[in-house]
Amino acid sequence: MDKKTETALDDVVIRFSGDSGDGMQMTGTLFTDTSAYLGNGVSTFPDFPAEIRAPQGTVSGVSGFQLHFGSHRVNTPGDYCDVLVAMNPAALKANAKWLKKTATVIVDIDSFNDKGIEKAGFKSDNPFEELGIEGYNIVYAPITSMTKETLKDSPLDNKSVVKCKNMFALGICYFMFNLPCDHTERFIDKKFGKKPDVADANKKVLNAGYNYAHNTHTFASTYTVAPATLEKGTYRSIDGNQATAWGFIAASEKSGRPLFCGSYPITPATHILEELAKRKDLGVKTLQAEDEIAGICTSIGAAYAGSFAVTTTSGPGLSLKSEAIGLAVMTELPLVIVDVQRGGPSTGLPTKTEQSDLMQALWGRNGECPLVVIAGSTPSNCFHYAFMAGKIAMEHMTPVILLNDGFIANGSEPWRIPSMKDYPAINPPIVTEAPEGGYMPYARDAERLARRWALPGTKGVEHRVGGLEKDFIKGSVSHDPINHQRMVDIRRDKVARVADYIPEQTVYGSENGGELLVVGWGGTWGHLYSAVKALREEGKDVSLCHFNYINPLPKNTGDILARYKKIVVCELNDGQFANYLRMTHQKFDYKQFNKTQGLPFTVTELVDKFNELLAE
Amino acid sequence: MENCKYTAADFKSDQEVKWCPGCGDHAILNAVQKALPEVAERLNYTHERFTFVSGIGCSSRFPYYMQTFGFHGIHGRAAAIATGVKVSNPKLSVWQISGDGDALAIGGNHFIHAIRRNIDINIILFNNEIYGLTKGQYSPTSKLGKITKTSPFGTIEHPFTPGELVLGARGTFYARSLDVEINTTKECLVAAAEHDGTSVTEVLQNCVIFNDKTHDQFANREWREDRTITLRHGEPMIFGKNRDKGLVLEGLGLRVVTIGQDGWTEKDILVHDAHNPNPGIHMMLVGMRYPDYPVALGVIRDVPDKTYDQSLQKQVDEIHDTAKIHNVDELLHSGDTWEL
Repeated sequence: MDKKTETALDDVVIRFSGDSGDGMQMTGTLFTDTSAYLGNGVSTFPDFPAEIRAPQGTVSGVSGFQLHFGSHRVNTPGDYCDVLVAMNPAALKANAKWLKKTATVIVDIDSFNDKGIEKAGFKSDNPFEELGIEGYNIVYAPITSMTKETLKDSPLDNKSVVKCKNMFALGICYFMFNLPCDHTERFIDKKFGKKPDVADANKKVLNAGYNYAHNTHTFASTYTVAPATLEKGTYRSIDGNQATAWGFIAASEKSGRPLFCGSYPITPATHILEELAKRKDLGVKTLQAEDEIAGICTSIGAAYAGSFAVTTTSGPGLSLKSEAIGLAVMTELPLVIVDVQRGGPSTGLPTKTEQSDLMQALWGRNGECPLVVIAGSTPSNCFHYAFMAGKIAMEHMTPVILLNDGFIANGSEPWRIPSMKDYPAINPPIVTEAPEGGYMPYARDAERLARRWALPGTKGVEHRVGGLEKDFIKGSVSHDPINHQRMVDIRRDKVARVADYIPEQTVYGSENGGELLVVGWGGTWGHLYSAVKALREEGKDVSLCHFNYINPLPKNTGDILARYKKIVVCELNDGQFANYLRMTHQKFDYKQFNKTQGLPFTVTELVDKFNELLAE
Repeated sequence: MENCKYTAADFKSDQEVKWCPGCGDHAILNAVQKALPEVAERLNYTHERFTFVSGIGCSSRFPYYMQTFGFHGIHGRAAAIATGVKVSNPKLSVWQISGDGDALAIGGNHFIHAIRRNIDINIILFNNEIYGLTKGQYSPTSKLGKITKTSPFGTIEHPFTPGELVLGARGTFYARSLDVEINTTKECLVAAAEHDGTSVTEVLQNCVIFNDKTHDQFANREWREDRTITLRHGEPMIFGKNRDKGLVLEGLGLRVVTIGQDGWTEKDILVHDAHNPNPGIHMMLVGMRYPDYPVALGVIRDVPDKTYDQSLQKQVDEIHDTAKIHNVDELLHSGDTWEL
């Protein structure tokens, strides 16, 4: 057998695209798992339509899955792709704009018939020419017909046979990048254990794709991406929603408080509820409520009764929960509200990412209604910040909003599994018996200003709480003017004091100050970090200050902002964090870089922007 | 065994009761404080297990007047909050206080879904057919044509009959009483507490300021015995000052007959079966209106069924007992992992 040349690469971006029923999310996930298993750094970006099965063959029905793997830790799913797999003309049309000039395009040529081309909305009969990509390296693979041929003796019906075609495409890609099929074969065996015909068919087609690429000399060269030098340890693949769910379970374990999640399904947050619903083995109770309001209200009831209570939602649901969040602030109960942000306003872009709920999280309630706001910034660190949200909620007796976004919620990456013994204890201020002089529901500890948590069922501490203003100590209803002022002040101070318990803000780059400070928060970390890193490698004086603790801000925030000549706040909204900084740290000048396209930043556009600011 | 002997005084808080003089709520508070010692003794509940949750409205101030755990919620959401309390700690005896606006208008969704789930909470529905705390607007139970501040020419909305809503949502327990009938209310509440699953006890309550005498047509002491019937499981449906009227089934409906007239004897009178899973007759009893029928009081429906909280706890316990994953470290290492 002739040995082809092998070219070593440091980074490869592949985008699988097809009809939303073509199994592209699965194909992308399988490729990700294989490369992660072999030690590559990986980052993924599922990009799918809101419809479950949009009209077949049309651009609006295209589902994509982009992954970036490399010989080092990978922090973004990549801007533009080296390989595009397009299962039909619509997929090619929707994704041609993401091609690098040097890209390889693998198409299922069987689908490029008159009907397919017309459905995709091409004007001519040559889509490649129309898109201006005829000079690219295009692999015209008869994927559907080869799949049928491979399975001509299979007992499966025609529809089931055609469903296997994504495996053919995957096989081609494995050959192209010198990756083995066996990891995927093991997955197929597990998934279709009870349907051996289906398992056999998928494995056959996978290998047929691999052999097809080999036998037809499809590629002049194949490629290898060496394993990354990652920290030693046990790894797994994890997405942001799963990490969030598990972080809550970890906080429950450390606090000894049983976990309760009352929630209503909403894209892109639903997977957290689904993940928690599975975990009855760890005593987790979930309740799928009749609406968003019942989601949070059942959680508030559970918090009153002594659970570590969480509720999960996205922007429109956060709007519906506003009044109840105020109740949790007033009753000073521990509660975590996760908002997996999506494009808004209103129903907006359910499956697309955005960071435009920040102001709603900070201020979107009646009255002076402060609470803690925290944001996850990578798929895997959602675990850490969900844990910390629980710790702060329970130890400071306050609601906490955890602001994730669709990008990190659905994106996945390899994660070095932490050990729970390295995680801190959580000590909720629970009252176990009636203190001398009787239990005073709103008496506080001097440091945190947290009231104590007296659980129904505990003898001698019967008490009433509610949404009416409370007496400063006794907690009984009070309309006294001075008392109200004191309560407003102390609710504010209690949240502000959380700053004494969170880590100081760090800077990547020139820590002692410099030309340009890039400021970001939440799910944009990977792109901002990659852009700043690339510029620093060119010797440019750019640094990154990326926030996870939003309210309160870390205490040294002002000191950091003072050290740089220029500050640019980058976010996927119209400038909400920039305006928040203008409010909290007024003496600095903030430039902005904003994007609201339902898409993450690209590293390319960030680099261009930062260069422009440096040149000014 | 704990000593669960209490008196009504053990359930009275030190807060001044601020309802209007003559408000029906005073009588209901009285009935609840009398019922709880009996509930505690019968079910062996200690004092600290009682938890009262309410929404917003006059009646929702109730928890402040009870020396128990109490949560005064937000408008309409009491059922959801009470559900969370019960699921979190199924050992608690959870009571929800709501008015007709709170439970059936803004909180209508939570009301029917709590009932559908059959979560073991006890809902006391104070029905005065008016919004009191906002000073006199019509509610979802106001009679058609009722003139109020927001219906100066009379309402054009059909009212709910709460019991029909309960049965329509597959309710397992429904009772009805009058604020002034303290003993009937107490009897219903004890039965409600003994029932596993959502119980709804509707108390027809008088708002002396904004809707005085709304129930007077049948509730007035002068004619109450002739215009209401108090149902008890296993007893014939007989009513009237002279205990000579009764209900019989005729065709597809109920009919009021006089015993000793037209050949009707006591044997012909229907015997109340609150435990019958078929809601047919219960629905007819709930729907009886004066002057065609007496208004039904007492426990109308009380049928056993699986409760949400027990089923959830059972699932958790069963899965927990056979689990392969026992802690977070094991969870994090479950499924596909690899070493580097």
